[in-house]
Amino acid sequence: MRKSTIAFGVALAALVVAGVNQAIAAEPIKVGAVLSLTGGAAPLGEPEAQTLQMMVDETNKAGGLLGRRVALIQFDDGSDPGKANGFVKRLIEDEKVDMLIGGTTTGATMAMYSLVERAEIPFISLGGARVIVDPVKKWLFKVSHDDRMASERALQDMAGRGYKSIALLADTTGYGQSSRKETLAVAGKYGVSIIADETFNVKDTDVTAQLAKIKNNPAVQALFVSSFGQGPIVVAKGMAQLGMTLPHYEGHGSASQEYLNLTGAASEGVRMPSPAVIVAQVLPDSDPQKALSAEYAKAFEARFKTPPSTFGAYARDAWLLWVNAVTRAGSTDKAKVRDALENTKDFPDTSGIVTMSPQDHLGIDSSGLKMVQIKNGGWTLAK
Amino acid sequence: MSPEFIQFILSGITLGATYTLAALGFSMIFNASGVINFAQGEFIMIGGMCASVLVSAGIPLPLACIVGVMAAGLIGYLMERLAVGQCRDAEVATLILVTIGVSMIVRGLTEIFFGKANHGLPHFSSDKPIEIAGATILPQSLWVLAVSALIVVGLKLFFSRTQLGKGMLAASYDRLAAQLVGIDVRRVLTLSFILSALIGAFGGILVTPISTVAYDTGIMLGLKGFVAATLGGLGSGSGAVFGGLLLGLVEALTAGYVSSAYKDAVPFVMVFIVMVLRPQGLLGAKPTDRI
Repeated sequence: MRKSTIAFGVALAALVVAGVNQAIAAEPIKVGAVLSLTGGAAPLGEPEAQTLQMMVDETNKAGGLLGRRVALIQFDDGSDPGKANGFVKRLIEDEKVDMLIGGTTTGATMAMYSLVERAEIPFISLGGARVIVDPVKKWLFKVSHDDRMASERALQDMAGRGYKSIALLADTTGYGQSSRKETLAVAGKYGVSIIADETFNVKDTDVTAQLAKIKNNPAVQALFVSSFGQGPIVVAKGMAQLGMTLPHYEGHGSASQEYLNLTGAASEGVRMPSPAVIVAQVLPDSDPQKALSAEYAKAFEARFKTPPSTFGAYARDAWLLWVNAVTRAGSTDKAKVRDALENTKDFPDTSGIVTMSPQDHLGIDSSGLKMVQIKNGGWTLAK
Repeated sequence: MSPEFIQFILSGITLGATYTLAALGFSMIFNASGVINFAQGEFIMIGGMCASVLVSAGIPLPLACIVGVMAAGLIGYLMERLAVGQCRDAEVATLILVTIGVSMIVRGLTEIFFGKANHGLPHFSSDKPIEIAGATILPQSLWVLAVSALIVVGLKLFFSRTQLGKGMLAASYDRLAAQLVGIDVRRVLTLSFILSALIGAFGGILVTPISTVAYDTGIMLGLKGFVAATLGGLGSGSGAVFGGLLLGLVEALTAGYVSSAYKDAVPFVMVFIVMVLRPQGLLGAKPTDRI
């Protein structure tokens, strides 16, 4: 009687344990994302959200992660950092997510971070500015090149071609101004001096006043434009209108098919630092960023019928960095995953070869940006 | 005169011409209803957007332009019927809020249906710049100027010569009195929204070859158009032209001679000063309220 009771008890316990195990196995790994799907940053946030969906599907199709399914819970902050903060609270408290991706913008990232830090969740930002990882924040990582790297890459090229005095034309958006600030800060390092510093509104229909001023300054050897979207297009057209032959550099914000299409002949000869995804087809086969960038670009285009963007690629990189960290940690334990992220070594993604450390939560340098030149309406590697 | 100065002037005229077209739409609706329509920028955007989407779908440019203008007209009509007209007894301030709401809806829908990318249009005539004394202007800017002038003259004739136009003016001065003499005030209001949408869309289409268009293009153009209309005097056609060109010139000359960093600040300071010293605008008629 007693024996059978014990046996029954053991059997029951085994059942319960098995049941619990099964429940754990069935419980998906939760990834929370707060992106800007509407509002000013929507052109960035949309491909990010699409890419994340694509990555989740791929991961699940390949059998999930650590044998568990992955679930993505996503909110749209409407390009409002205040809202991002509210949504991340919900992701942390109600959804109890294992990991966070997001902040399409730097503002949203910084607005979310204090809550994330308190909750101790690994967090990968897609935002652009340096402040995200400088100073290093324990739970926060970043995937994209920052504005300073893009400026450095362009300035390096200018210095190499002997341009010592350049004009800067930046728009008044956060992107334009941050890029302007970084350029002013690092120009000296490359022996380049900025002798004309002009700004314009990104929605201006004409910037020929600023351009005429630059054109009539005989000391200017090259023009560097920091803008995004409509701005660089109007600048390129204005330069063509004024018949300017000044060497023309753009920031990485102009590296898009849209810029090529809408500027036409006006952008012939323009040089810029570009993320690998946009120019994958012209990279040499030996470049470790080529194959994976081309593969992502192809998959994205096939699924969403629009050309891939740099921003979508950031989401891809964030996702795979995290998958890689979880696999190495062998668990979704938040502290272990964070440590694994910090120990990422020689991991190739679309932005470069990532090697992180406790002092560096970005892990890439400006060499991941490719210097390209527009020739015959297409990209070529700059020589 | 140095070529540089002439280039600043031509740049200012190009900027100013677009502001003028936006300002005209503001004046139109203000005339009919006393409402400042903050969806005016969206009318501009819809015109440019529809036309460029249609052109890239292979539809010839003139047809695409007509459809673009019609689409904006339809939105103007729906906006008055479904939103503004529904609360016509509300105060003007409330109606202005309604127009802001509509502008957000239109922007959001455009974002969903046409995406977030920038779109362009081919130049109407040549894209070869015209040289004037060492400076250049695009033929497209002349198109914008010419059409603005035509619209101003057309509106002037409409308001002074046609019964409908006079009826619209009457309805804006005194709605009740206008109703008593048999003017269909509701129809007048609807018409004013359609007309200003048509004008805005025209402007949008004309500007798109120069500057491209995206779902959020209307915000800035609408704001600048409003400043231009206020500067010149709300409700005055010639005031809209004057205000628009003045704004464009001030911006370009500030960028040229002072610093481009102050380019956007100067117009807003200017409108502030004008509002304090001459609230009816530079060319606006002084309001005469009889007690």
